[in-house]
Amino acid sequence: MSEILRFDDWTSPVPPVRREVLSATPDSDAERPPVLFVPGPGTPAAVFAEHWLGHAAGRGFPAYALTARPDGDLRAYVHDVVQVAAGLPRQCVLVGHGSGAAIVARALARYPARAAVLVSPMLDRWATVGALLRIDPVRGLRAMLSRRLPVLRSTPAPAGDPPVLVAGSPDDRLVPRSALDRTAARYGGAPLLFPGMPHEMMTAPGWPEPIDAIIDWLEKEPAS
Amino acid sequence: MLDTPHVADRHAAVCVIGAGASGLAAVKNLREHGFAVDCYERETSVGGAWNWRHDRSPVYAGTHLISSRPLTEFPDFPMPDTWPDYPHHSQVLSYLERYATHFGLDRHVWFGTEVVSVNPVGDGRWDVTTRSTGGGVTRTQRYAAVVVANGHNWAPRRPELPGQFDKELIHASAYKDPAALRNRRVLVIGGGNTGCDIAVDAAQHATTVWHSTRRGYWYAPKYVLGRPADQVNAGSLRWRLPLRLRQWIFQRMLRLTVGDLTRYGLPAPDHRPFESHPIVNSQLVYYLGHGRITPVPDVARLAGSSVELADGRRIEPDLVIAATGYRPRFEFLAAELLDIDEDGRPDLHLHTFARRHPTLAVVGLVQADAGLFPVAHWQSVAVARWLRLRVTDPARAAAVQQKESARPVRSWSRQKVVPTARHWFEVPGTDYLRVLADLLKQLERA
Repeated sequence: MSEILRFDDWTSPVPPVRREVLSATPDSDAERPPVLFVPGPGTPAAVFAEHWLGHAAGRGFPAYALTARPDGDLRAYVHDVVQVAAGLPRQCVLVGHGSGAAIVARALARYPARAAVLVSPMLDRWATVGALLRIDPVRGLRAMLSRRLPVLRSTPAPAGDPPVLVAGSPDDRLVPRSALDRTAARYGGAPLLFPGMPHEMMTAPGWPEPIDAIIDWLEKEPAS
Repeated sequence: MLDTPHVADRHAAVCVIGAGASGLAAVKNLREHGFAVDCYERETSVGGAWNWRHDRSPVYAGTHLISSRPLTEFPDFPMPDTWPDYPHHSQVLSYLERYATHFGLDRHVWFGTEVVSVNPVGDGRWDVTTRSTGGGVTRTQRYAAVVVANGHNWAPRRPELPGQFDKELIHASAYKDPAALRNRRVLVIGGGNTGCDIAVDAAQHATTVWHSTRRGYWYAPKYVLGRPADQVNAGSLRWRLPLRLRQWIFQRMLRLTVGDLTRYGLPAPDHRPFESHPIVNSQLVYYLGHGRITPVPDVARLAGSSVELADGRRIEPDLVIAATGYRPRFEFLAAELLDIDEDGRPDLHLHTFARRHPTLAVVGLVQADAGLFPVAHWQSVAVARWLRLRVTDPARAAAVQQKESARPVRSWSRQKVVPTARHWFEVPGTDYLRVLADLLKQLERA
C-alpha cells in the first residue's frame, strides 16, 4: 500500500539540492543503457571516476557517478538517485556500492531500472554493525544508531522486476559472507565473488576484474 | 467499409489508443509486464492535451498545473526537483516527451494514425482498423487486448443557450492567448478551473469582464500555510480525518485566508467542500476585490447584441467565452462495449475495466482531485497485471473477476458529489488509489 500512497512525498517532499554528478561518455553512441554508480554516503563520486567510469565508457556504456548530499537521510539519498537516474537520456542501470547498495535497493522501488548491480552490499544493518564493531568499535556504535543503514527485510520490491546482480568479495571485512549470500538470495541468485578484493573494489589494484565482469553481465542481459 | 479483407494478426500484442500522458503510461507499463504494444496516435507527437500544437489540446497560453509537482508526477519518474511547485504547460509537455524518450516508448507509437473502429472478434480478441489521420487507406490488425487512452478533454460541450448572439461566441477550447481579449468586453461562462483562469486572464487584458456561474463554488487557493495547498490537504488525508472534519477545516481555512466570498457578490455554494471537482485559483478573488471582474448569475438567453441573465439584467459583451467543459467521446467504439448510456456516460468497473469485455480497458478517464498522471499510472499497472494474470493463471484471474464484480461503486466511494455530467468521473481523494492498491495486491504474482 505504501508504494501507492506516498504521504511522505506528498506532505513533505525532499527539498532539492545541487548534486555532484561525474560522467564519462563513450566516443560513439552504441545504444547502451547509461550506468549510474552510487557510493555510500560520505564517499565521493570520485572513487568511481578514478578507474571504473572511464573503463565502462571505453566499453560503450555512458557512465555516471553521484555523490550523496552532505546532510541527508535515507529518503533524501534515494530521492537524489532517482532524480539523477530520471535525468539521464535513457532508462539506466543502477550500481550501488557498500551502503550505496542499500540506497540503490530502495531506489529500485521508486524507479524501474533497466538492471541493477549491488557491489559489496551493506543492506543488512546488523551484519554491518557486527562487522564494524569488530574492526572499529566506535564506528560500529555510531552505525548502530545511524538512520542511514536500513534493515534487509524492510527493503521494498523493485519496480518493473529488473535483473539484479549481487557482487562482492569473500575477503571483505565489512560485509560478512553470510550477509552477501543473504542479499543475493533475496534477489533470486548467488553472489558473484571476487576473492582477494577489499571492500572498495573500484580503487584496489585489481579494479578491472569486477567492472569487466559487471559489464559482461550487462551485455548478456537481454535488452527489453 | 474496410479497404482490404486481410487482417494482420498481431497475436499477443496489446493495442493502446492515444499517446498522451495516459497512453504513454499504458505503453510503458504494458511493456514492463512483457507485452508487445502497438500504440496509435492521431497527431505527429506525444503529449495529448498537454501538447499545445495539437488540434484537440485545450491548453491556453497561461495554463499551469493546479496540483503541485510531487502529487502530479508519475510515481516512478519524477519531474526535476528544481522545477517550480506549479509548472507551466510547456514544462509538462517536455516532461512527457522525456518520459517517452527515457523509456524508449517512441518506437512503439505509430504517429499520424487514427483508429477508425475497434470490433470484438469473439474470443477476447479485437480487430482494430486504422488509417492516416484525416483520410487514406484503412488497414486492420488483430490484438489480444485494447487499452483506450484517447482523452476526455477535447470534445467541447456547448452550452444550451436559447436565442442568438450577434457578436463572437466561442467555446473555451478555442481560447489560446490573452491577446484575443485585449480591449474587449468579455463574458466568461463557467466556474470551473478553465472558466476561472480565463476570467483572470480577461481581468488583466480586457476592458470589462463578467463571470457567470450557475452556483457558488469553493475556490481553493494554491497556497495555504505557505505550502502548496494540496500538500497540506494530503496531510489531513493521511490521518484519515473524517470527511466532515476535513470539510470544516477547509471552510475555516478558506475563511481565514480568502474570507467570505459572498462579499464580492458571488453566490454561496449549495454544497460542501470536496463535493465538487476542486477549483484551484488564487487570483480570482484578488481580481474580484480589485473590481476587475463582475460576478453575474446564470445566462438566461442570448438576445442579439446583448445577453439576458437569470436575474433579468442585460449585459452587452462583445465576446462570450463558454468554459462549459468537455464530454467523453469514443467514436471508434460501439456504445455497448463500454456500457455507454443515452447521456454518453460510460459504466466501467473502477472507471477502468469494461464490464463485459475482460480484454478492453480505459486509462485516464477520471477527474482526480489531485494529479492525473499517478492515477493513470496505477490504472495501467492494474490493467497490465490483469492481462498477464489471464494468461499465466486463468483460474485465479476468474476468481479475481468474480470478487471484483461484487464490488459496487458505492462500496468504495462514499463521497457525495454534485450530480452533474461534469462529475461523472470524479474520484475522491485517496479512496480510489486505495481501491486500486487492493486490486493490485489481488493481481500480484503468487
